[in-house]
Amino acid sequence: MSLTQTAEVEAFRAEARAWLAAHVPAAPLPSLETEQGFAAHREWEARLHADRWAVVSWPEEFGGRGVDIVKWLVFEEEYWAAGAPGRVSQNGINLLAPTLFDHATDEQRARVLPSMASGEVIWAQAWSEPESGSDLASLKSRAVRTEGGWLLSGQKTWSSRAAFADRAFGIFRTDPDAPKPHQGLTYLMFDLRAPGVTVRPIGRLDGKPAFAELFLDQVFVPDEDVIGEPGQGWRIAMSTTGNERGLTLRSPGRFLAAADRLRTLWETAGDPADTALRDRVADAVVGARAYELFTWANASRFAAGETIGAESSLNKVFWSEYDIALHETALDLLGPDAELAAGEWAEPWVFSLAGPIYAGTNEIQRDIIAERLLGLPKGRR
Amino acid sequence: MRFLLTDEQADFARTVRSLLGAAEVPAAVRAWAAGDQNPGRAVWARLADTGLFALAVPEAYDGAGPLPLELALGFVELGRAGVPGPVVESAAASVLISELGDEALAKLFLPGLAAGETSATLALPGGSPYVLDADSVNQCFTVSATGELRLTHGIVGERLASLDPARRLSRPLAAGALLATGPAVTAAAGTAGRWARLLTAAQCLGVGEALLARTVEYAKQRTQFGTPIGSFQAVKHRLADTLLALEFARPLLWAAALSLSPADVAAAKLAAGEAAYAAAMTALQLHGAVGYTEELDLSLWLRKARPLRDAWGTPSACRAEVLQPRVR
Ligand SMILES: Cc1cc2nc3c(=O)[nH]c(=O)nc-3n(C[C@H](O)[C@H](O)[C@H](O)COP(=O)(O)OP(=O)(O)OC[C@H]3O[C@@H](n4cnc5c(N)ncnc54)[C@H](O)[C@@H]3O)c2cc1C
Repeated sequence: MSLTQTAEVEAFRAEARAWLAAHVPAAPLPSLETEQGFAAHREWEARLHADRWAVVSWPEEFGGRGVDIVKWLVFEEEYWAAGAPGRVSQNGINLLAPTLFDHATDEQRARVLPSMASGEVIWAQAWSEPESGSDLASLKSRAVRTEGGWLLSGQKTWSSRAAFADRAFGIFRTDPDAPKPHQGLTYLMFDLRAPGVTVRPIGRLDGKPAFAELFLDQVFVPDEDVIGEPGQGWRIAMSTTGNERGLTLRSPGRFLAAADRLRTLWETAGDPADTALRDRVADAVVGARAYELFTWANASRFAAGETIGAESSLNKVFWSEYDIALHETALDLLGPDAELAAGEWAEPWVFSLAGPIYAGTNEIQRDIIAERLLGLPKGRR
Repeated sequence: MRFLLTDEQADFARTVRSLLGAAEVPAAVRAWAAGDQNPGRAVWARLADTGLFALAVPEAYDGAGPLPLELALGFVELGRAGVPGPVVESAAASVLISELGDEALAKLFLPGLAAGETSATLALPGGSPYVLDADSVNQCFTVSATGELRLTHGIVGERLASLDPARRLSRPLAAGALLATGPAVTAAAGTAGRWARLLTAAQCLGVGEALLARTVEYAKQRTQFGTPIGSFQAVKHRLADTLLALEFARPLLWAAALSLSPADVAAAKLAAGEAAYAAAMTALQLHGAVGYTEELDLSLWLRKARPLRDAWGTPSACRAEVLQPRVR
């Protein structure tokens, strides 16, 4: 066991740091939850991609640098420490891409991945439906066989950034007579501007049109856009949820950087007599370190050829609750200024509030932890 | 002692509640946020008919008060309904003017405030650095750190957006007519600030109750896995905890309204503010993604909970006040 990185990893870190120092925009970009911000982020992603920093862990043929998870984590640390913008293409990169690496054809990978890496095509996740949130397997949207492909019908919702995105990936019911709800589902990709698609933006809590609902009326999808075998959608989709909950969605770098900003805020604006707040700042610093080390342990397991299963639920609960605690501490430090919408902590705080809901609610995650990691009896569900 | 509401007090709260229930307040809140105060003013006018605003004004000036407990009960209902505008600040302005002991100023301002014909907002030393809804009221009072009471209207400082769009913030201006100055102003401002804190605590309690009620309803009707989500223990327990926190804030509020002691008022504000904010977090979580949208009316209360928790005394400031050395 060791905490030191190899010289090679440190050289990679230095290279990333130098590039970021030279390229990260001096002023923060407008929120990526808005149309204007979306465009600005697309440009940033293109810049990243031009120097092959968009998807460092992908193979070189798709625009990456083929680095392992250790270097990816180091890159993320540097990325967030440099104050670089949030990634508008994260749904594609974190959720669809791993699925494509595991389940797609070579043709699909060659067609989809490069434009995803460059931000030219931005992907939205179309899984949830109005009646199917936590119980995703109950979804009703259908894909019906037609000449050369499928026709999609139904309604998807809460699709992050679908208002401005280009394409979407989702699961659809192809065999309504299958004996169990999670059977007879098919995973496929579709165009958000295809005939039959209506996108209705939904203002989130702070009014930004971040997500959207999608109404699908006989939307044609060619066979080449089906991922894996028809009918295998659930199994394929579930192989991605681990990514969503686990470390790729929320790398420790993000929290280390946020905890560092919080510490600075305490040093500049904190009241030394307010030890309760001081303690919470300290907790945030320790929490970021704990998450970092927990992740290094997992990464070491990956490197040793192991996989993590239900343990990804531990990540999810930890980072989502940590994120809220950290931002609440910042707001408490700001006192009456906390309510100013233009404050630098306001939008990240609003976003943190959604953490225990998306990527599988924390209630569901705790059930998974209790049942699969602790072996407790299955509850009524 | 009898630590229970009288029939009259309970009736008053019920009257305000049913009146507000029929007043389409959510639409008024959305309009207020968008800069149209007319529907909100209509709600205020109906409130005035219940005599609510008169409760902060002495009888000598057409008021019915001061009756802090009744006022607090009314403000629980304002919070429950989500009434927009500087309701707390208007009542506190009445207290400020009453406490000054300046006959001429009292005659000039109090009858209008008691009748609800004029609305007011105020900025006090030690309060927020921002003034609420200065652009929508008839009178904006500011008290400076050196004890100068000024009146401005029509001139509003730089606008600043709040996380709750129905709270219109601006920086107070050191402008306007000088009404009074000296230690009496500072003392009156201290009392007015305490009332503002008390009434904000009451509003918080109402906001928390509204959030809980809506979430309980939702948990009964939203089904996942073929069963109402309210049947899952994780959901039940969170709702039960929300009720616990609110029910233990209520007696603190009553006691604070009776004693008006700084420590009691701070304790009430602390408990009610935290209970309301926790209720908001529970409401958001248990509604799932739909709770995270501004379209659902729930958002009107969700967005209020945090600013109200911090207005007129952050939890940290209230804790410090609770532990102020006792005078024996
Ligand atoms: C900001 C944000 C972005 C999102 N982005 C996307 C996206 O890009 N694509 C997409 O497809 N979806 C997205 N979602 C939707 C997200 O996946 C769902 O919100 C989530 O699956 C929960 O579903 P629900 O909102 O319908 O809540 P529900 O399933 O209705 O749950 C309501 C409440 O009941 C609880 N509950 C439900 N079942 C149980 C149980 N068995 N035991 C205990 N408690 C239970 C839940 O934990 C929750 O607290 C997003 C959501 C948010 C908030």
